Amino acid sequence: MKKVIAQTEINVNEEGYMTEFSQWTKEICECLAEEQGICMTEKHWEVIDYIHEKHNGNEALSIRGIKKSGVINIKEFYSLFPGGPLKKSTLIAGIPKPKSCI
Amino acid sequence: MKKIVILGAGTSGTMMANHLVNKLPKKEWKLTIIDQYKTHYYQPGFLFLPFDIYTTKQVKKKGAKFIPKGVDYINEKIDLIVPDENKINLENGKSLIYDVLIIATGTKIAPEEIEGMNGPEWHKSIFDFYTYEGAKALRNKLREWEGGKLVVHITEMPIKCPVAPLEFAFLADSFFRNKGMRDKVEITFVTPLGGAFTKPKATKALHYLLEEKDIKEVTDFNIERVDYENNKIIDYGDTEVDYDLLVTVPTNMGDEVIERSGMGDDLNFVPTHKGTLQTLEHQNIFAIGDATNLPASKAGSVAHFEAEILTDNIMRYIQGEELKDEFDGHANCFIETGNGKALLIDFNYTHEPVEGTFPFPGVGPLSLLKESRANHMGKMAFRWIYWNMLIKGVHIPFVSATMSKKGKHIEEVQ
Ligand SMILES: Cc1cc2nc3c(=O)[nH]c(=O)nc-3n(C[C@H](O)[C@H](O)[C@H](O)COP(=O)(O)OP(=O)(O)OC[C@H]3O[C@@H](n4cnc5c(N)ncnc54)[C@H](O)[C@@H]3O)c2cc1C
Repeated sequence: MKKVIAQTEINVNEEGYMTEFSQWTKEICECLAEEQGICMTEKHWEVIDYIHEKHNGNEALSIRGIKKSGVINIKEFYSLFPGGPLKKSTLIAGIPKPKSCI
Repeated sequence: MKKIVILGAGTSGTMMANHLVNKLPKKEWKLTIIDQYKTHYYQPGFLFLPFDIYTTKQVKKKGAKFIPKGVDYINEKIDLIVPDENKINLENGKSLIYDVLIIATGTKIAPEEIEGMNGPEWHKSIFDFYTYEGAKALRNKLREWEGGKLVVHITEMPIKCPVAPLEFAFLADSFFRNKGMRDKVEITFVTPLGGAFTKPKATKALHYLLEEKDIKEVTDFNIERVDYENNKIIDYGDTEVDYDLLVTVPTNMGDEVIERSGMGDDLNFVPTHKGTLQTLEHQNIFAIGDATNLPASKAGSVAHFEAEILTDNIMRYIQGEELKDEFDGHANCFIETGNGKALLIDFNYTHEPVEGTFPFPGVGPLSLLKESRANHMGKMAFRWIYWNMLIKGVHIPFVSATMSKKGKHIEEVQ
């Protein structure tokens, strides 16, 4: 599916996750965050960097991983991305929703 | 004499001993298997024990019965693996040298990971059913429980047999109906995932079951602590769920020996090659079953498929041949849905659970992703197959290690 955001056309799946990371930019990120009711702060960017790092290293994201990330603790993670922090932060970071085996 | 040592005599280790003993040249190779317990547990039976469907006798047998002649069987706790010296230290102070090592130490529950879980209420109002002790204590509790809020809960993923908690909720529904007290019990299923079923296809096909059985769902719940004084579980987002009886699946972790030996990831699972089952760090060390970090389900059926491929690869390795990169994550699970019915699902690394029939395309007799009595009979027969064929390494007819696409409606996972 196509979606226009920040005057740019991006490809997303039915749940709104970007399907081509190469299309991701900081501007798009800010708009995606806004759609989730989130206003990006420095701390948010730190988390996005951490998520990209993990994603590039092919490492799965998890709540446990956040605990050990050294970037934030889980409580802060929840307050930065209220609701479903893993789902929201990955959506904003332009990477696929974390999968788990059935 | 050269030596192959297998760590753990659970489902995977026992299968490997049975496979390898027939293949290894006896004059050159000696096979040893080590486990801390003398008892071999049929873990899938732990799901049925709490409801008095199975007896304690049906879920445990003497391990020695399943270790073939010609294999050295050591009952001792493994203290340390020293890969640089090809050495295993046992708790009794003895050590063993190996040429090839197979890690099959499985996974176990770690309730101490969550504050308040393993406290004074453990096995009083908070239970697990992933251990023999937990399942038995829960059986005793359910025999006399008068009703209230039953919460069935998953702490964090991955867990072994990921559908077991849901099956537990389904069986609880039948159990209380049969006891004529379903109206006194409220059942809530609490999961850290986005839904009771995580693969979209299964969710679509199976969500009706929850409605039909009046099981409430709380999703995206990442538990922070158990407030055992006020009978509630609390997540990081401050959502609270009240319980009178909490049946939880605690965090699943690899054994501490993996951590002590510096060979595991965050959860003590051993980084392993997805297709060959060789560990990523050491060429002469292989891993199988729940002990690995593979993105496949942690299930006996998966271990069964892995065992066939690993046996070939061990033989190739000792003959200096290239390993087969063949394991595809094939899993095949019965899901007990209560009232004498069950579902069957079949999937792998890249394909979602599929609809169709199994094992014969178009004929069955087992239907994939649909509730049926035949599937339930299959699940019950699995206990017999487990004790008499599976762990003894007898090939199960018509079921292949890699997933067959015939007779199934296949969809790729993106
Ligand atoms: C409630 C429940 C229901 C299930 N239902 C199903 C089902 O329907 N279908 C299915 O396919 N699977 C099911 N499973 C999963 C299945 O039981 C496991 O996936 C399977 O047993 C894994 O085999 P394994 O050999 O890798 O680990 P295990 O069978 O757990 O064996 C590991 C062994 O290693 C030993 N060990 C570990 N550390 C040490 C040490 N330091 N020293 C000495 N010994 C050690 C342990 O004592 C144990 O015997 C279920 C599991 C549970 C808990």
